[in-house]
Amino acid sequence: MRFVDEFREPELISKTADEIRRLAGTERHYRMMEVCGGHTHAIYRFGLKDILPDNIELIHGPGCPVCVLPMGRIDDGLAIAQEPDVIFAAFGDMMRVPGTQGSPLELKARGMDVRIVYSPSDALKLARLNPDKHIMFFAIGFETTAPSTALTMMRAKAEGVRNFSVFCNHVTIIPAIRAILDSPDMRLDAFIGPGHVSTVIGCRPYEWIAQNERKPIVVSGFEPLDMLQSIVMLLRQLKAGEAKVENQYKRVVPWEGNRAALKAMAEVFQLRPYFEWRGLGFISQSALRINDKYAEWDAEQRFSVPGIRVTDPKAAQCGEVLKGVLKPHQCKLFGRECTPEHPIGALMVSSEGSCAAYYNYEHRKAAMVGLGSIA
Amino acid sequence: MDGENTNHDLPGGCRMCLAIPGKIIEISIDNQDSALVDVVGVRRKIDLGLLQDDKLVPGDWVLIHVGFAMSKISEQDAADQMSTLRMLGEIDGAMQEVQGYGLEDIN
Repeated sequence: MRFVDEFREPELISKTADEIRRLAGTERHYRMMEVCGGHTHAIYRFGLKDILPDNIELIHGPGCPVCVLPMGRIDDGLAIAQEPDVIFAAFGDMMRVPGTQGSPLELKARGMDVRIVYSPSDALKLARLNPDKHIMFFAIGFETTAPSTALTMMRAKAEGVRNFSVFCNHVTIIPAIRAILDSPDMRLDAFIGPGHVSTVIGCRPYEWIAQNERKPIVVSGFEPLDMLQSIVMLLRQLKAGEAKVENQYKRVVPWEGNRAALKAMAEVFQLRPYFEWRGLGFISQSALRINDKYAEWDAEQRFSVPGIRVTDPKAAQCGEVLKGVLKPHQCKLFGRECTPEHPIGALMVSSEGSCAAYYNYEHRKAAMVGLGSIA
Repeated sequence: MDGENTNHDLPGGCRMCLAIPGKIIEISIDNQDSALVDVVGVRRKIDLGLLQDDKLVPGDWVLIHVGFAMSKISEQDAADQMSTLRMLGEIDGAMQEVQGYGLEDIN
């Protein structure tokens, strides 16, 4: 439910919405991709589509780490967890994500030792508390979480904790954006840049999008006003024929990023030559592996990993939805075979996936108190 | 109770993508990377190792991701971030996460 009084500064929101309408005019259609799953979730939750003019289309990007993880990686992680005396530790987000044999939570019910941790450092703590067990932390996430995994591994090494390893599924956002821009059916005009990833990587890594691809990108906060202001900034650039990187989220995102976090990542990780993304396929240099200095804490080097590949059903059109060619509901499986309860495609897996967000909010739109009334 | 509220069909975002504002109460004397923070009354230890360059002191506000301080913010930004979490319906998830830091709730 959206209620106007939930929002801070409703007058400013209303003014910003007016400015968007003025800038957007009626002559052309604008397609903007919000890269980050957190933005996708916020857009639906806040009902932002209701206050945007029809000729501004928001395309939901690949920035949901749970969604883009291939099912085979979950199977691989769970295969390691079946080795004797191994405890599988992961964030709660992973617990209901299906592998071919079931989700971590279902395997827990069948007797596997599966623990939820809220921080990678707590997985390391589990290792200290259980010296006769091996704790394998199933690491997932973009650059927002990768530094925490890296620093935890540095601490494990420094302390000599040897019954701890990381199954690394960290991915990097820039190559995914590049893959989307390189695809022949791409039709985007501009990007709303991720907020929290940018606290780590800063704004410079986006410069090629502006300079080489001539697409504006604005790094944005997560409040309704943040996202509306970012859309204003993008429209101003598009109207002026400019393509720049701008930072709307200056209060949190430093232009240069977080040096200590980047240093920790560089200490522990190196780029994989390629990695598979659900919905996008193999993307070169798009994920992190653990480097040889930390081989002892790398689950992939310590255990034999089956290297399972599970292809999504051909009927699932996740790639088209990710690139903005199709809306979630235009996929043949949407809401029928593929639902949040029984996800078939990547984007239905987590609440931040565009299909799940669309499913959870859009079909209830009629019942919502429209934000449109204040716009 | 673990696994509760992690259902992907429930509204509420991805935990690992949550940014939770907290106030630094105390920095450990023997470990400058370990700090006690307060998140709306819940106090837990977090890791400051990724903000070494910011020379944090008690009273500073930070955004926390998965138990690590990731950015130093102002008190006003912290209040704004809390209201964003509330609007997003993510307060319960955020508090569950903070309460879980240090394995204090389950396992």
